[in-house]
Amino acid sequence: MADRQYELIYILPPDTAEQQVTELHGQVEAVVSRMHGQIANTENWGRKRLAYEIGHNKEGFYVLQVINGSGELMKELDRRLKVMDLVIRHMVVRVDAEKKVVERTQTKRRTESERRRVKRGLPPQRQPGEGRPAGDPDDGEDDRFDGVEV
Amino acid sequence: MPFGQGRSGGGGGGGGRGGGRGGDKKTGDKEKGQRRTLFRRRKVCKFCADKIDDINYKDVKLIGPFVPERGKILPRRISGTCAKHQRKLQTAIKRARQIALIPYVTD
Repeated sequence: MADRQYELIYILPPDTAEQQVTELHGQVEAVVSRMHGQIANTENWGRKRLAYEIGHNKEGFYVLQVINGSGELMKELDRRLKVMDLVIRHMVVRVDAEKKVVERTQTKRRTESERRRVKRGLPPQRQPGEGRPAGDPDDGEDDRFDGVEV
Repeated sequence: MPFGQGRSGGGGGGGGRGGGRGGDKKTGDKEKGQRRTLFRRRKVCKFCADKIDDINYKDVKLIGPFVPERGKILPRRISGTCAKHQRKLQTAIKRARQIALIPYVTD
């Protein structure tokens, strides 16, 4: 079966030492490679303000990793991160199914618009200077919630 | 005699007032209805209009307007979001809350 793609996101306390971070990265990588997965991408978001306090921490160091692997691998990772004191919050989200749906709708929309344009005797792609200008004066600001009483 | 007159007058006044109130209410309703049709602009789903297919929990800028002051999810009847996108928005907001990008509550 083809591998699934997951996003692992975890938050560390802001005062974590550089060495501890790399150590944790090493641990995650070890688990992933041991269970025949691979890390597709790693993003360090850096220090961010938390929307609420997590164990007296007002800020956190965010790390996002995109991992290709099996469900068992993510289960194991989840279990390990739960035990670790260093990680104050983590979350695993499956993304491949969602991504596929998004791609499909986008390609569908594009082909559909091209088909319609060809039918109207136009070139399939939109030409520059066609359609509504970008700075439309009528809808400049966000007035979706006008006349609303909560 | 003056007592009786006063009482009857009071009664009449009361009745008149009551009738007046009823009339006011009716006209008020009518006015409100007219105002609704006048001022209510058609609500459009933001995600449909802007052709945003992917509502991602990491995109706080996109989700932000749908989480008002209090931290609750803005209902569909107010934002005008379509059912499909509201569902996606809901999961995105809940995920964003888990990793502390959006608050659960603020008071």
